[in-house]
Amino acid sequence: MAQHLDYLKETPSQTAGPYVHIGLAPGAAGFDIYKTELGKDIAGPNAAGERIRVEGVVTDGIGAPVKDVMLEVWQANASGIYAHPEHPGEVEDGFRGWGRVISDFNTGEWFFDTVKPGAVMGRSGRPMAPHINLWIVARGINIGLNTRIYFDDEAEANAADPVINLIEWESRRKTIIANRSEKDGKVVYRFDIRLQGENETVFFDI
Amino acid sequence: MTYKGEFYQRDREWHPPALTPDYKTSVARAPKHALLSLQNSASEITGPVFGHDDIDPMDRDLIHNYARPGEAAIGERIIVHGQVLDENRRPVPNTLVEAWQANAGGRYRHRKDTYLAPIDPNFGGCGRTLTDENGYYYFRTVKPGAYPWRNWVNNWRPAHIHISVFGTGFAQRLITQLYFEGDPLIPKCPILNAIPNPEAVQSLVAVLDMNATIPLDTMAWRFDIVLRGRRSTLFENRLEGN
Ligand SMILES: [Fe+3]
Repeated sequence: MAQHLDYLKETPSQTAGPYVHIGLAPGAAGFDIYKTELGKDIAGPNAAGERIRVEGVVTDGIGAPVKDVMLEVWQANASGIYAHPEHPGEVEDGFRGWGRVISDFNTGEWFFDTVKPGAVMGRSGRPMAPHINLWIVARGINIGLNTRIYFDDEAEANAADPVINLIEWESRRKTIIANRSEKDGKVVYRFDIRLQGENETVFFDI
Repeated sequence: MTYKGEFYQRDREWHPPALTPDYKTSVARAPKHALLSLQNSASEITGPVFGHDDIDPMDRDLIHNYARPGEAAIGERIIVHGQVLDENRRPVPNTLVEAWQANAGGRYRHRKDTYLAPIDPNFGGCGRTLTDENGYYYFRTVKPGAYPWRNWVNNWRPAHIHISVFGTGFAQRLITQLYFEGDPLIPKCPILNAIPNPEAVQSLVAVLDMNATIPLDTMAWRFDIVLRGRRSTLFENRLEGN
C-alpha cells in the first residue's frame, strides 16, 4: 500500500429547502428576530457608480416560476474592486458587495438594487467584463448553482471576456447577459434564469 | 498583495447530483446541461467578510433569542458545536455560520409551513455566529422534531438542522443539513440519500458528545464542517501577472 494523503473531504451539500428564509431572511418567513438581517444593502450609501436595479424570475423545467428561491449576489464596486482583504484596492465605506435576494412567494419575481460593477482583473492580466456573481439555492436544488450576470450594454467588453468566450455554444451566451431598459427614470436590467429546458442558463462549476 | 492559490476542484461525486428522482422536486429544477468549469479568478476567490458588528452574541442561543424575557423554548436542550476546517485541515476563523430548524414538535416558524404540530411561542428557529480564531463555533438550541413532507405519500424528514457557511471565498459557499446519530429515519430520507457515497452521508451525522454536555442541563452534539481547501503558493500557481 502506498502512503496516504491526509486531506479532508468537503462537507456534502444539502438543499436549502423551502424554509431557507427562516435562517437567512427571517423577515420574509414572517418574523423579526435579528437587529439587522444581513445582505439587504449590497452597495451601501457611499458607493460611486451608476445605481441600477436587476430583476428577474427563476423558472423550472416546466416553465413555472420558482417561488421559494434565494439568490446571493457577490460583486465588485464600480472600480472593479471586491471588498475583500486579498483584493488590491479600496472600496467605499459601507460597500460590501454582497446581498441576499428573496423572490415574491406568489409570483417568483425578484429584484435587487446596487451599483453597476466595473471590469475586474482576471487571470493572467486579462480583464473580465463587468459582472455580478450569483449563487442560487432553493428546495429541489441539491447543491447551489453558480452563474454570472453580464450586461448587454457592455458588448465590447463582453466580446473579450474570458468566461463568456469559454461558452462553446454561442447561442447560450445570451443566457448570462442581462437586458437594460429604463423604467420611470430608473435603470433596470432584466435577468431571467432558466434552471432547465429551452434556453437553460449557463451554470458554472467554480 | 497577491492572491493565494485557487480552491481545489469540488468533488462533484461526493456531493449529491442535481437530478435525484427520489427527491421529486429536483426533477424539474435540475439543470440538464453540464456545468461549465471555470478556473478561479478574483470573483471566486474573494467573498463577503463579516465581523462582530454584524451580529449579536445572543444570536447563537436559539433557546432564548426569540423567547419572552424569563422564558425559554420547549424541547430537549442541546449544544451543537464543532470546528470549521478546510480540506487541508486548517481551521477557518471568523467565518459566519448560520443555522435554522423546526421546533421540538417538527414545526417551522414560516408562513408557508402548515404542519399541524404547534408553533412554540418562544422559539424562532434561527441562529448565527462567527467561528473563533481556531474555527470553533457553537449554538445552544432545542433538538428539532421530525416532520412529514410531501414527496412520497409517507415521507418524514429525520431531525435535522440546516447550516449555512461562508469561508473566505465565494467558491466555498455551502448550505448543508446536520443530522443526529442514531435517528432511524436517516436511512429512509430521500434528501440525505441523494448523496451517493455512504461515507459522505455519514459525514452529515452529528455525534453525541458526552464530554461537552453540561451535566443536569444540556446535551451536546459535535458537528465539524469542512470547506474547500486552497492550493498553497508552493507551486507558484498565481492567478494574475505573468
Ligand atoms: Fe428542514
